[in-house]
Amino acid sequence: MNIGKITRRTFLGATVAVAGGMAVGYYFYRKPYANPLLDDLAAGEAAFNPYVKIAADNTVTIIVPRAEMGQGVTTTLAAMVAEELDVDLDAVQIEHGPASKAYYNHAMLAESAPFPVFDESMMANATRAIQGGMSKVFGIQGTGGSSSTRDAYEKMRHAGCAARVMLVSAAAKRWNVPESSLKTAHGAVTDPASGKSATYGELAAAAATQDPPSEIELRSKSEWRYLGKSPGRTDVAAKVTGTAEFGIDVVLPDMLHATVKMSPRFGAKAKTYDKTAALAVPGVRQVVPIEATTGSGFGIIADNTWAAFKGAEALEVTWEDAPYPGDTEGLMAQVASSLDNVDDGFSLRDDGDADAALASAPADELVEAEYRAPYLAHTTMEPMNATARWTSGTTVEIWSPNQAPTMIQMTAASMFDIESDDVTVNTTFLGGGFGRRAEVDFSLYAAAVARHTDGRPVKVTWSREEDTRHDAYRPAAVGRFRARVGKGETPQALLAEIACPSPMQSIMARTFPDLPTAGPDRTVVEGVFDQPYAIPDCKVTGVIAPAPIPVGFWRSVGNSFNGYFNETFVDEMAHKAGLDPLAMRLKLMAPYPTAVKVMEQVAAMSDWGKPAADGRAKGVAFSLNFGSWVGQVVEVSQSEDGIRIENVWCAADCGEVMDPAIFKAQVQSGIVYGLSSAMGQEITFANGEVQEGNFDSYDAMRINQCPRIEVAVLENASNMGGAGEIGTPPSLPALGNAIFALTGKRIRTLPLSNDVTFA
Amino acid sequence: MASQWNLTINGKSVSVDAEPDMPLLWVLRDLVGLTGTKFGCGIAACGACTVDMDGEAIRSCSTPVSDVSGPITTIEGLSGGETLHAAQQAWITEQVPQCGYCQSGQIMNAAALLAGNPDPSDAEIDDAMAGNLCRCGTYPQIRQAIKRAGKTLTARAGLDPATATPTGREG
Repeated sequence: MNIGKITRRTFLGATVAVAGGMAVGYYFYRKPYANPLLDDLAAGEAAFNPYVKIAADNTVTIIVPRAEMGQGVTTTLAAMVAEELDVDLDAVQIEHGPASKAYYNHAMLAESAPFPVFDESMMANATRAIQGGMSKVFGIQGTGGSSSTRDAYEKMRHAGCAARVMLVSAAAKRWNVPESSLKTAHGAVTDPASGKSATYGELAAAAATQDPPSEIELRSKSEWRYLGKSPGRTDVAAKVTGTAEFGIDVVLPDMLHATVKMSPRFGAKAKTYDKTAALAVPGVRQVVPIEATTGSGFGIIADNTWAAFKGAEALEVTWEDAPYPGDTEGLMAQVASSLDNVDDGFSLRDDGDADAALASAPADELVEAEYRAPYLAHTTMEPMNATARWTSGTTVEIWSPNQAPTMIQMTAASMFDIESDDVTVNTTFLGGGFGRRAEVDFSLYAAAVARHTDGRPVKVTWSREEDTRHDAYRPAAVGRFRARVGKGETPQALLAEIACPSPMQSIMARTFPDLPTAGPDRTVVEGVFDQPYAIPDCKVTGVIAPAPIPVGFWRSVGNSFNGYFNETFVDEMAHKAGLDPLAMRLKLMAPYPTAVKVMEQVAAMSDWGKPAADGRAKGVAFSLNFGSWVGQVVEVSQSEDGIRIENVWCAADCGEVMDPAIFKAQVQSGIVYGLSSAMGQEITFANGEVQEGNFDSYDAMRINQCPRIEVAVLENASNMGGAGEIGTPPSLPALGNAIFALTGKRIRTLPLSNDVTFA
Repeated sequence: MASQWNLTINGKSVSVDAEPDMPLLWVLRDLVGLTGTKFGCGIAACGACTVDMDGEAIRSCSTPVSDVSGPITTIEGLSGGETLHAAQQAWITEQVPQCGYCQSGQIMNAAALLAGNPDPSDAEIDDAMAGNLCRCGTYPQIRQAIKRAGKTLTARAGLDPATATPTGREG
C-alpha cells in the first residue's frame, strides 16, 4: 500500500507535535545520560547500570522504570533483566527507581509517527527514528502507548547481560582464570574446574568498577527460563494482603491531609469565594489557592481526608462562566461543524482518487454513514492523589502514582520557578492508569498545597466526583464515511473524514503552554488510516476541532473511537455488498497474512460459519493498533432484561510474546474496558460543567454483565506490538455489529445504551 | 464534637477520637493507619472499601463510625497469622490482580460470601459480587478464584470446621 502523500508539512508537523518546534543539536542527542542510581546508593550497594544494583549482602535490585498499573511491568520487565543476569525472579527486589531522563521511552514516541506499523518505507522508518530520538532528547520517561515491553526488550536484557559479564570478569580476576571457564546461575559465579563459587554480592563492589562490555551476547531463546513463559506476577502477594503501596496509601511522618476543589468549568476561575464555612468544619486548617496550567481552584488542608472533603463541600465559590458552549449539544456541534472545513485537515492516507471514484459511482453502490462518540472519563479505581513535601521552600519531593515522572519534574520546575533537579518524584503503584495518570495535574496540585504547610508533608486526595469532573477526557469525535461498493465485491473507494479535539495539542497546551502547538495529530485518524485494508481509492482525512474541554490519552486513544467508526462501516459495506463481514475483511486484508491469520483464528474459535443459536447473534471486528493485530467476535443474546453479552472470542498477535498469561489478561482487560464504555459511558455537560460525578452516573461493566472471554495468542507478526490497549478498539464495533445482527438496528452514536438496553 | 470510639479491629481493641459522622473507611485509613482498605467512591457504589463487621461485608465508606456495632476485620486481618485466607491463596493461584486496587474489597466481599456459602453458583457469585467494581476487568479470574477458595474451605471444613471460618477468627 502506498501510504499517501507525505508532504513536508505532514512530516514536520508530526515531529513538531512532539518536539514543540524546538531545534535540537546533534550533540545533545548523542550525549548519554548519567546513571541516576549513582546519586543514591546505600552503603555496600553497587550500581552496574540504570537497571541493576547489587548490594554486598547479595540483595539484587532491578529497576523497572515504568509505572505498574496492572499491566505487569514489574514482572515482565524485571524478567528481562533476571533472564540475562542469571538471578531468580523471586529472589530480587523490584523498584520503580528515581525519575530520570535516562529512562526515556523510545518506543512510545516512535509509535507516534504518522505511519501504519506495516509501512517499512525509508520515510516511515526515518520519521520513527526522529520521533524516538525526541524521547531521548527530552528525556521523556513515560508509561503509555502500550510501549513498555517493546521499549525494554533490548535495553533491559542488555542491562542484565552487561552486569553479568562484569561480575564474571571480576571473578575471573579474583581467581586468575579465564572468563570463559566460569559459569553463572542463581546469583552466583562458579568455577567448575576448581569448585570455587562467589555470590554476586561478594563480587559486586569489584565488578561494578569494570568497564561494561562493548559487545553484548544475549541468551538464545531456547535458553530462556522466564521470557516467553508465565512465571507468575511479582506483585500479586502484596495486592491480596493489602500491603501494596498505592499513591493514596503513602504515609509520612507528621503528614497532613487535603483535597482540592477545582473550577468545574475548564479555563474559568473563582469570581468570589468565602472560606468561613469551610474553616468552621472541625479538622479543617487552611483553604489555599491553586493556580496551575491545568486548572484553577482551592486546596483544603485538614487533619484527615474526611474533614478535607467536608471542608471542600462547605467552601463557597462562585466560578466564572465557561468560555465555551456550555452543553453537550453545543460541544458536539462544534466538533461536527469542524468537518465543514475538511480543506483545513490533513490526510495520512490518500491512495488512488477517492473523490473521483465516489463522484462517478452509481447511486446504488454508495454507502454513507456518520458516527459519533462522546467524551469519556477514565475513572481509575484509585482516585487522583499525590503527596508532597517542601524543604526550605526550594526543593520538593512528590509521591505520585503517575505515568510520566520526568514530565512532573519539568512542569513543577516551571510552575515553582525551580530546577527540574530540585523536584524528586517517587512513583508508587498505580490503582489504574489508562492514560489518566500521564497527566501532571494531581502532582502539581499536591506540590501547590504543600507550599502552605511549613515543610509538613501533605497527602492530597481527590473525591470521586472531583476526579470524574476534572479529567483529561477521551475526546468526542465525529466521523463521516462514504464508500463505493459493488454487489458481491470489496469496496472500490473509501473516503473517511474525522474531526475531534487533538489530544496532543491539548496536552501540549496545558503542559508546555509556552511552546507552539500546530500541525497534524495522528491520533485523530489512527484506527482508520493505518488499517491493513486494500482499498484502491482511499482517502482518510483528519480535522482538528477546538479543544475547550481538556482531552488526553484514554486507553487506545484515537483507536477507541475510530475503531468503532471504521469497523462498523466495514460491516455496513459488507452488508451493502451482500458479503459475510468476516469473509469481506479476509479479502480486504489479503496482502497482510498476519491479519488474515488472526481473523481465521477468531473465526474458528467462535464457530463463525455456524448460525448462532436462537435469540443469539455474533458480530466481528478487527483492529491493528499499537503494533498488534487483533480480531474479535462478540456474541449477544436477547433476555427479558435486555441484551446480554455472552461471549467474546479474541485472537491477538503482537509478534513475540514475553508473558502469555499477562498478555492474555491485558487483552481481556482492554475488552472489558471497551465494552464498559460502549454499554453506557458518556460524559455530558450543562452550564459548562461535567454532569456525571460518581459510579452511580458513570458506571462500568460489573461481574454479572461480564461475558465469557477467550483469548488466543498468535506470534506471526514480524515486529513486537503492544498489549495494554489492544483489546479495546475492536470490542466496541464487534458488540455493535452483533447487536445489528441480533436486532437489525444499526447504532452509529456511542454509547449503545442510548438505543438499546443492556441486562 | 469529636468523640472517643472504642473499636475492635482485626482482633485488637482500638480507641479513636473522631466526629461521629466520619466513615469507618477514614477512621481505618487516616486514624488507625490501615491503608489496605481502599477509597473508591464514597457512596457505596464500588465496593473497594469493603470490610467485615461481625461476619457481614459492609461498605466502610458509607458506615459512620457511630454506626459500627461489631468487631471489624480488614484485609490486613483476614489471614490467620502466617496462613493466608483461602480466598487470598486462590487469588494468587488464579493470578487475579492487575492494578490490584479493588482487590482488597473483592476479597473481603468474597470471604463473606464463602462463609455462608462455600459452593456458590455463578448466579450467586453475580448477586454477591455485583457491587464490587474492577476497572481492569478481572471478573473471570475473580469468579474462578471464588470457586477455588470455596473448594479449599470445604475441604478444610471436612477436616476441621473451625478453620473454615472466613475471617480467621475463632468459631
